[in-house]
Amino acid sequence: MSMMLMIHPDRCTGCHSCELACSYEHEGVFRPKASRIHVYTWERQGFSVPMMCQQCKDAPCTTVCMPKALTRNLANGQIDLDASKCIGCKMCVQACPFGNASWDFLGSKILKCDTCGGDPACARICPTHALEWVEDTIAAQSRKRAFATKLKNAFSED
Amino acid sequence: MHGWVGKILRVDLTSGKISTAALDPALARDFIGARGLGTKFIYDEVDPKVDPLSPKNKLIFASGPMTGSFAPSAGRFDVVTKGPLTDTIAASNSGGTWGPELKFAGYDLLILEGKAAKPVYLWIQDDKVEIRDASHLWGKEVPETTDLLYAETADDAKVACIGPAGENLSLIAAIMNDRHRAAGRTGVGAVMGSKNLKAVAVRGTGAVTIADNKAFLAAVNRASTMLKEHPVSGTGLRLYGTDVLVNVMNSVGGLPTGNFQDGYFPTADKVGGETLAATLLQRPKGCFSCIISCGRVTKVTNPKYQGEGEGPEYETAWGFGPDCRIDDLDAVTKANYYCNELGLDTISMASTIACAMEMFQKGIIGPKDTGGLDLSFGNAEAMVEAVRLTGLGQGFGKKLQLGSWRLASLYGHPELSMTVKKQEMPAYDPRAVQGIGLHYATSNRGGCHVRGYTISAEVLGVPFKVDKDTTDGKPALVAAFQNLTAAIDSSGSCLFTSFGIGAPEYSELMTALTGFTYTAEDFLKAGERIYNLERMFNLKSGLTAKDDTLPARLLNEPLVTGASKGSVNHLAEMLPEYYGLRGWSAEGVPTGEKLSELALSA
Repeated sequence: MSMMLMIHPDRCTGCHSCELACSYEHEGVFRPKASRIHVYTWERQGFSVPMMCQQCKDAPCTTVCMPKALTRNLANGQIDLDASKCIGCKMCVQACPFGNASWDFLGSKILKCDTCGGDPACARICPTHALEWVEDTIAAQSRKRAFATKLKNAFSED
Repeated sequence: MHGWVGKILRVDLTSGKISTAALDPALARDFIGARGLGTKFIYDEVDPKVDPLSPKNKLIFASGPMTGSFAPSAGRFDVVTKGPLTDTIAASNSGGTWGPELKFAGYDLLILEGKAAKPVYLWIQDDKVEIRDASHLWGKEVPETTDLLYAETADDAKVACIGPAGENLSLIAAIMNDRHRAAGRTGVGAVMGSKNLKAVAVRGTGAVTIADNKAFLAAVNRASTMLKEHPVSGTGLRLYGTDVLVNVMNSVGGLPTGNFQDGYFPTADKVGGETLAATLLQRPKGCFSCIISCGRVTKVTNPKYQGEGEGPEYETAWGFGPDCRIDDLDAVTKANYYCNELGLDTISMASTIACAMEMFQKGIIGPKDTGGLDLSFGNAEAMVEAVRLTGLGQGFGKKLQLGSWRLASLYGHPELSMTVKKQEMPAYDPRAVQGIGLHYATSNRGGCHVRGYTISAEVLGVPFKVDKDTTDGKPALVAAFQNLTAAIDSSGSCLFTSFGIGAPEYSELMTALTGFTYTAEDFLKAGERIYNLERMFNLKSGLTAKDDTLPARLLNEPLVTGASKGSVNHLAEMLPEYYGLRGWSAEGVPTGEKLSELALSA
């Protein structure tokens, strides 16, 4: 068992607080472009989705990382980034199927979610709990329950 | 600098010259930002008697020190100019993500001067600023303009633009950003249109920094907790939006009905926030760094009024609803969508239609004047069509786009225009709530509720309850609300945060963020300074104490039904005391003593 960041787009209001929390946690300033999490908004429908590193088990970024700066941490299931080994080739940016590794041209470095060492600031700050830091074995429980509630309502009298 | 990014971007649209300048820290400290700092620049650089639609007027987009920071609900910016609707100083406040993006691009203020020879838009990427041709965008509605600009700039750019209404120089045109957010009031959209400026797209990669990290985070935590625990900002606004006020105001008999002919509308609930939440609401939406999320993402499936977008807010639901004696929420929401898409201020639009409806009712205008439009009170279809025509500047819309004061004057009945300083009043009847009447009368940008929202104390009981029907203590209440609001607007924080926090919390946030020491008194004093500066601009533009008044109807015609039946507003009992408390002469002019106390020069 390990922990994971669960995204609930249906709860996200598109306020970008997670980006501020992330950039502050890592850089000490408010700079959304330095955030490791990004919120994408479809303005017409008013729908927003936060995106960050999914800590893949078989991660394309680790496969292409020549100096082994990106490695899988077997203890906690996360993908670790050792910035001292990174040569800035941006292969991970190109390999990540989700676009969740990015290049910060101002800081001249790779930006990737490190779950704040196991206590992600974004999940702590999210005002609507659209981001949850939960055990991966129960991650889907709240979503299952939400859907099951609909089914329950379809069958129950009240 | 911390909080502020310390730079001003200036673009002369006539010559195409683009320049930057450092922001003076002392000026920033004294006038804070956004509304205050923008006003200071207009005051210093624009002749108060200038024609607002001439190239000599300037248009300033201004963020505040808190904008883009972690302070709760601090995503705001102001558009400051001389307003064409009111001929007063105009500052129109908007949320979304545009204001923070301007900060991240490295600018506290964007000052636009002159007039482009042909339609243009501005594309700001950090230090790279371009004036680009916008002839292909001219005539396009807000959603299409926004999408086209994402495609030709960057898909994570933020766009503020005008719709056809602004291009047509409608005096009630808004500037729209993030597609659904509006710097709506005082006709700022027409000023942008007069400069041939269709849009400003911005993308920033920079940072907002903090003077004292630890103290700032502690202050943010304290403020956020207070906001989350308060019933209005913590749950009420997210669940029901501002539209929850329809039933509240109706129950106290202060919901202006039929162009302020009455203060109670029997079927108001049909357009209220509870009904909205149960029917059209898809989800709540938040502006940048907002923990309140009062925004309403809605969808209308009724084929007659089909559409999707944001809104309605309370003022909009009231205006297109009860003020036009309409209780069809689908129609009201469609009217709101048209305003957002065509770039119109919903309050002024709705009240102008209500005024036209009263003229129609009284036989002052007929189908011949309206191009066949049956503007009877309650005709939802005609109301929606009137909005569309106004936004496009077609038919009777050519007259409606002037706002109600000029419309009613055109037909010889200015008394039917429910305006102060030619701007339409919002959704709180001053006969039912005394203090808000004094505020409307003295607001520096004309009829407006968000420059001194005494409804908070007089009706909602926040932060304390006062008797809404008395005039006692109201002058002090109004002045205090006006000063605090001027400071909050200038900080970049959303006014709605004031439901949960007050001057001590704002000053704590400001101190930790900027490194300048603000006590609660300093913060309020800055607000008072800004309010007086706005007043000085208006006096120099030619306004006098005679303009600090309400439509005669509110002073002479008692409310007919509802809980406040029989009431009128007693402005005359409050105004002299208000002037006195403000340190103004009997003619409403700030005394030399007051100006020097505020470090302002005459």
